[in-house]
Amino acid sequence: MANSANIDGPGTLSVTRDLVVQFFEWFGNLSIFCARWVWAAFAPPYELRELVRQFDELGSKSLPLVAIAGAATGIVLTLSTRDSLIRFGAKSLLPAVVVFSIIKESGPIITALVVSGRAAAGIGAELGAMKVTEQIDAMEASAVNPYKFLVATRVLACMLMLPLLTLISDFCGIVMGWVANTAAEPISLQLFIHDGFKDVTFNDFLPATLKTAVFGLIIGVISCFQGMHASGGTEGVERAATNSVVLASLFIILADVLLVRLILVFFS
Amino acid sequence: MVSRQTLRKQPPETSSKQANGEQKAPSLHVESLTKSFGRQTVLKGINLEVAQGETLSVLGRSGTGKSVLLKLLIGLLQPDSGSIQVNGEEVTNLPLKELNEVRKKVGFLFQQAALYDSLTVEENVAFPLRRHSKMCNDQRNKRVRELLASVGMEKDAHKLPAELSGGMQKRVGLARALALRPEILLFDEPTAGLDPITAAETDDLILRLQKERHMASVVVTHDIHGARAVSDRLALLRDGEILIEGTFADLRKSRDPFVMQFLHGS
Repeated sequence: MANSANIDGPGTLSVTRDLVVQFFEWFGNLSIFCARWVWAAFAPPYELRELVRQFDELGSKSLPLVAIAGAATGIVLTLSTRDSLIRFGAKSLLPAVVVFSIIKESGPIITALVVSGRAAAGIGAELGAMKVTEQIDAMEASAVNPYKFLVATRVLACMLMLPLLTLISDFCGIVMGWVANTAAEPISLQLFIHDGFKDVTFNDFLPATLKTAVFGLIIGVISCFQGMHASGGTEGVERAATNSVVLASLFIILADVLLVRLILVFFS
Repeated sequence: MVSRQTLRKQPPETSSKQANGEQKAPSLHVESLTKSFGRQTVLKGINLEVAQGETLSVLGRSGTGKSVLLKLLIGLLQPDSGSIQVNGEEVTNLPLKELNEVRKKVGFLFQQAALYDSLTVEENVAFPLRRHSKMCNDQRNKRVRELLASVGMEKDAHKLPAELSGGMQKRVGLARALALRPEILLFDEPTAGLDPITAAETDDLILRLQKERHMASVVVTHDIHGARAVSDRLALLRDGEILIEGTFADLRKSRDPFVMQFLHGS
């Protein structure tokens, strides 16, 4: 027994120590990475042309997906909430419940997760492929800072496009919520909107929408970091793309916990 | 068909200049350069000099640190110790802004060309010009057309890199490397992965460009025939050190078993 403990003990300790070291090393590298792209982003000259291209890549190409996800969320939310509200005799509150749920939580988080799935994988794979095929080295050799040209533009595009995409997702969710409700019990769109928004204030709407800029920051930083640190050929590219999606989604959910609490403290 | 026998570079002008006591400061001066990755020391105290208009080929087996040497020369990697001077300016530990000024004077042809795959051929060549020159659109387009014509790729200007063969990609990579009129050109395995005819054509192109532009060049390769065709001098790397340096004739005179094996392949 004692011998077994002696044999297993150092091994477990060693593995734990390695994991802790890797954890702090990862965060250390991420911090250095963030410092480099922030420094590059604010120092002229600015890569406006590439930034606009990234707006298009991220915004217009994510738009259909975000609209469909928002619409589906609105329908599901309406159908499931309607049944519960009828049971409690609060059917008239349905528009308000749908609108509040969508603008305060469902819209932002669904949009962030959908964009995370599409854009984070895309950015991670694109930069990963550029890294393993020496395109990033070629850029540096041409005296162009890849942190400015590739990273800063993508992170800023993610931060600026997420709130706009969230607005579109919210709109689609609310309209399709009305459609789902009307299919069961006809109600005019005007009345649905009136009932839904009559108690909504900017404190309900703005912080929840603007917090998606933080989700955009997470998507941009994590996916660029994974891509820029890819190594080992196609396997490395695949790993960068997968890790980008998994880590970005995880950090978005964790950040949401914190942000919801902060919004409640400062905007309630 | 291009024969490598017809391509061979003539003895360098630098030799006669040196004999007359007109020796120029080297474009590239490397002294005691050392680089390790973890516990593995890849380069152990490398010393090299390349004068303007001269071509040095660095030969060696795969994995001996040839590409690492090129990346050190342009600051993509930092050496553990030693000195690298480009046109008399020390580049190790230079701040990024100053290092970028040096990089503008150095062209780099990567092993797989490293063309930006989301940009067309002409956009790839225009990439450094767009960032580092004050040319208007018309001037830039004219310059891109000239560069592509100089490597015989003007008809493929609108293609994406994925639509090009390996040899064509290297030609475009060379045009991009020449865009800022560099004084030094670095080639990482310029003929690797090419068929013998395309490799000979690439060697021919390198020779012609060297003759026209009179740049200092470093060619990293394990293709002894290509190196002989384009170089004034050759240096053979083994175990992170330069085993022998000199003309092809000097290497042929060597009785070292590794040199003999490298030259004759058996």
